[in-house]
Amino acid sequence: MNNSKPNKFWGFALKEFRHIFRDKRTLLIIFGMPIAELLIFGYVVTNEIKDANIAILDKSGDYLSQKLTSKLASSGYFIPTTYLYSENEIEPVLRSGKAKMVVVYEPNFAEKFFREKNAAIQIITDASEPNTASLLANYAGSIINSFASENGANELRSSPIDIRVRMLYNSELKSVFMFVPGTMALILMLLTAMMTAISIAREKELGTMEVLLVSPLKPSHIVLGKVLPYVGLAFINALVILFLGYTVFDLPMRGSLALLLLVSFVFIILALSLGIFISTVSKTQQVAMFFSMIGLMLPTMLLSGFIFPIENMPLVLQWLSALMPPRWFISAIKTIMIKGEGIAYVWKEMLIMIGMIVFFLTLSIKKFKVRLS
Amino acid sequence: MRAILFIIQKEFLQIFRNKTMLPIIFLLPIIQLLILANAATFEMKNINISVVDYDNSRISREVISHFDASTFFTIIPTEQSVEKALELVHSNRTDLVMVIPNGFEKDIDNSIAPKVQLLVNSINGMGASLAYAYSSSILMNFTKNIAIKKLNVNIQTPPTISTQTSYWYNPELKYSHFMVPGILVILVTIIGMFLTALNLVREKELGTIEQINVTPIKRYQFIIGKLVPFWIIAMFELAFGLLVGKLLFDIPINGSLTLLFSFAGVFLVLALGGGLLLSSISSSQQQVMFVAFFFMIVFVLMSGIFTSTESMPNWAQIFNRINPLYYFMKVIRMVLVKGANLSDIRESFISVSILAVTMLSFAIFRYKKTS
Repeated sequence: MNNSKPNKFWGFALKEFRHIFRDKRTLLIIFGMPIAELLIFGYVVTNEIKDANIAILDKSGDYLSQKLTSKLASSGYFIPTTYLYSENEIEPVLRSGKAKMVVVYEPNFAEKFFREKNAAIQIITDASEPNTASLLANYAGSIINSFASENGANELRSSPIDIRVRMLYNSELKSVFMFVPGTMALILMLLTAMMTAISIAREKELGTMEVLLVSPLKPSHIVLGKVLPYVGLAFINALVILFLGYTVFDLPMRGSLALLLLVSFVFIILALSLGIFISTVSKTQQVAMFFSMIGLMLPTMLLSGFIFPIENMPLVLQWLSALMPPRWFISAIKTIMIKGEGIAYVWKEMLIMIGMIVFFLTLSIKKFKVRLS
Repeated sequence: MRAILFIIQKEFLQIFRNKTMLPIIFLLPIIQLLILANAATFEMKNINISVVDYDNSRISREVISHFDASTFFTIIPTEQSVEKALELVHSNRTDLVMVIPNGFEKDIDNSIAPKVQLLVNSINGMGASLAYAYSSSILMNFTKNIAIKKLNVNIQTPPTISTQTSYWYNPELKYSHFMVPGILVILVTIIGMFLTALNLVREKELGTIEQINVTPIKRYQFIIGKLVPFWIIAMFELAFGLLVGKLLFDIPINGSLTLLFSFAGVFLVLALGGGLLLSSISSSQQQVMFVAFFFMIVFVLMSGIFTSTESMPNWAQIFNRINPLYYFMKVIRMVLVKGANLSDIRESFISVSILAVTMLSFAIFRYKKTS
């Protein structure tokens, strides 16, 4: 008698699988999304500044100021696109966004530099993009400083200190170490939690949940059967992201792959239980989707340490980020992949994630009503 | 005209009757704005540093006290061994290890450039280069001052260029002035586009669309009737969000609000039209959400919400010409923070209008009363 039960269960899970695979458009997106996102983070969303348009107001116009302008242009950071002739032109050029920075040379630049030993330059940046503005100002400042010492006389030129720097883990300072773990967290979280929540809410909304509940399958089996296909899909996605990171972006794999997959698996289960929890509190697909979309997308991107480092946030937000499941996942996979550490260094993250799973599932079971109103 | 009004009335009744959706539409976005506006900052406030001091001299301790006094660094105590200090890096308790070798003071006394080793955790490349820049400038200044004191004679100083930097529009480099408008754009788009997209497909799923299809209502009337309520909600959301941003984050409003809202109006026709188009080619809410979600993520990340669009590769800049969020992100920041006027944003305005008209006609064309 007990023999027939697993069969029924697998039959149900298989049905759910077929449902997903029949919808080619959704399938395309499930697998296209990680690829598109990795490419975007790998090539588009970077903090490097290059080819920023700048404007030059050269009140001096002598050989030295022109030499410095061409030095700025050849650095790769700046393209002098606009040449201004008076102070009044600065405001419009910044306001319209034609230039991100204006460099102003004082009159008689070369003469002041060699005779009075000090020439002045004013740098005006458009700080409506604060990060870009401070980076541009820093780059320009260091180019100008090295220009000054190249062109000045060679007194006291020897460096006063010999600093040897070693960049641990990421000697080329690539951003891949930030975005591959982040993309994994984002995709797994949203895909799994959102899809689970919506597919269960859908049965409720269309009234088919009642049909399922009168079937001989236990409610827990119904939920399990519904989420199982998503576990599979999410896991395949995790593998695709890792593979792409490894082949296209040279992400190192210093630790144990098995441990990494185990951590990913725990995280997928966590996302699932979160999805189940969302579905128990939402009556319709719309509610489920807004909860998972608004409640998960931006917080996963902004509070998990994926794009913005957690240490820089105000204290309250640091506490809040501790409640974000992706934060622990990202921290664990970074430790495994990049530092090559074993379980001794990630047991804390694992324990927190398992604790969260227990929390969400307990809440869901309490909320889950077999008899629908 | 009357037919359109009836549809609009029906939609509003449905929206305001739904007691679970209302707080989601109005409260959730505002809560998000409040929390997230402060999360997005690249500014480094605190770098943990551990010092292994093999020299243990008066001068080396003086160097350490300079780091202690700096607001950027917090000193994490460590044992006298590089291995032990690296252990701290491994477990994420420190970001940077500075090793002062034996003979540091002696080198300075003998006017030889003293050696210092910095070991930086560089998983976050940008943070690492900042940490390195800050620490090396402290070290440089320290040794330079000693050298100057020792020389004690007025040597002829080399010529210098003094740079004076000013940050216009946002002199304190406040991140919230940058992020609040950006997050607002995303929230308004999500609310508007998803509500519209889900609404139509839900009628399909529940079968109620058949009842409308048998009425004599025209295609364009139906589409407009579906669009207007969500357009109004999204505009209201924007106004509400701006108010919250002004009151709580004191974001600047330097430009004309009329200009901003007229641009937002056109933008929303585009976003909502996109939502309608999506729903007319999809058969279930699940499918719509998924496709919309995919486009949303791609558009948001490419729009320059976090990083400057000018530094993006060429193909991304070409793609951005059809990215509605790119235009809105740019315009809202330009108008609010920089006080841009119509002629400054003319190109974006024209582009978005063309996109909006195309999208809307496509949505009307694609919607068929017979399935």
